[in-house]
Amino acid sequence: MPGPAPFEWEKHTAEENELIRRRQRSRARITALLLGALVILFFFISIEKIRSGTP
Amino acid sequence: MTTMTRPLTVPADWRDFLALTKPGVMRLVVFTGLCGLLAAPVAVDPVLGFTAILCIALAAGAAGALNQWYESDLDAKMKRTRGRPLPAGRMDRQSALHFGVGLGTFAVILMGLAINLLAAAILAASILFYVVIYTVWLKRRTPQNIVIGGAAGAFPPVIGWAAATDHVTALPLLMFALIFLWTPPHFWALAMFVKSDYANAGVPMLPVVAGERVTRAQIGLYTIPMVAVAVAPWPLGLTHAIYGIVAVAASAFFGLLAFRVASRRTQTNDRMRPEKQLFAYSIAYLFVIFGALVVDRFVA
Repeated sequence: MPGPAPFEWEKHTAEENELIRRRQRSRARITALLLGALVILFFFISIEKIRSGTP
Repeated sequence: MTTMTRPLTVPADWRDFLALTKPGVMRLVVFTGLCGLLAAPVAVDPVLGFTAILCIALAAGAAGALNQWYESDLDAKMKRTRGRPLPAGRMDRQSALHFGVGLGTFAVILMGLAINLLAAAILAASILFYVVIYTVWLKRRTPQNIVIGGAAGAFPPVIGWAAATDHVTALPLLMFALIFLWTPPHFWALAMFVKSDYANAGVPMLPVVAGERVTRAQIGLYTIPMVAVAVAPWPLGLTHAIYGIVAVAASAFFGLLAFRVASRRTQTNDRMRPEKQLFAYSIAYLFVIFGALVVDRFVA
């Protein structure tokens, strides 16, 4: 009895690969921007909490 | 060698994630939440105020994403929604689910840690109410879906107030009641002119299930207590004359448009202009009422 077919990665055309890379780059950029903004927000929240003496 | 044929797995664009949060709905949610925060009788630190509004916006986005995750089959059947990322095939359902759960959890935790636990608890309740009670339980089962589900959209001013004061009083509860009673005339006016869309998708909206005559009557009936609740803060002494006068004028005009919708019958080739006008004005109405509440607090 033949075994299961070996897994093969999906084949993309050069255009599809380019689209995937472009999407990945733009999502990475947005994620970096959001994380940076959160760092700044958390900093100011901490400063405010320390200033007002609230937990 | 066997070649596996699978659908193309292109990662979704960030704009599709943004569309998943229903930015149009979020505008009203953020505005009413901000007004709840500003109308509270305490000075709110700008950073903490911004954080509270950010949490409300993120939670609204999470609820929108989870709604679209659950309703992708319905959205595909409706002209109004078939261009959304999931029914259009620009995103897989798992990504939408992970995005919604992650965003919602983050919003609640941030609200709890940075603001207070009461605001975080109401925020969590609002997400769960919208996703579980409205989307999963009511929407496909009863024509009263948007009546009870309307409570989900009524939470933001209460959350804003709770974020500012760490408690809830009569005024935010009246704001909650106002949005709760505003939702049926607002959505049923919309449902009147996209009735066939809802019927095709099998959503039991009131005009589809009970007919237009009943819907028109219900729009009129819900408008009466809505107007009463909108004006109530003034005679109860919770606001000053600025809010009172604006609320009376804006609510009277709402009542007029609702009465026009309630008292007419659909004609052949009807373009449903009174219903479209009521729907458009109902959105402006909430902005005016809540804006007046804030102006009244700072000016009067």
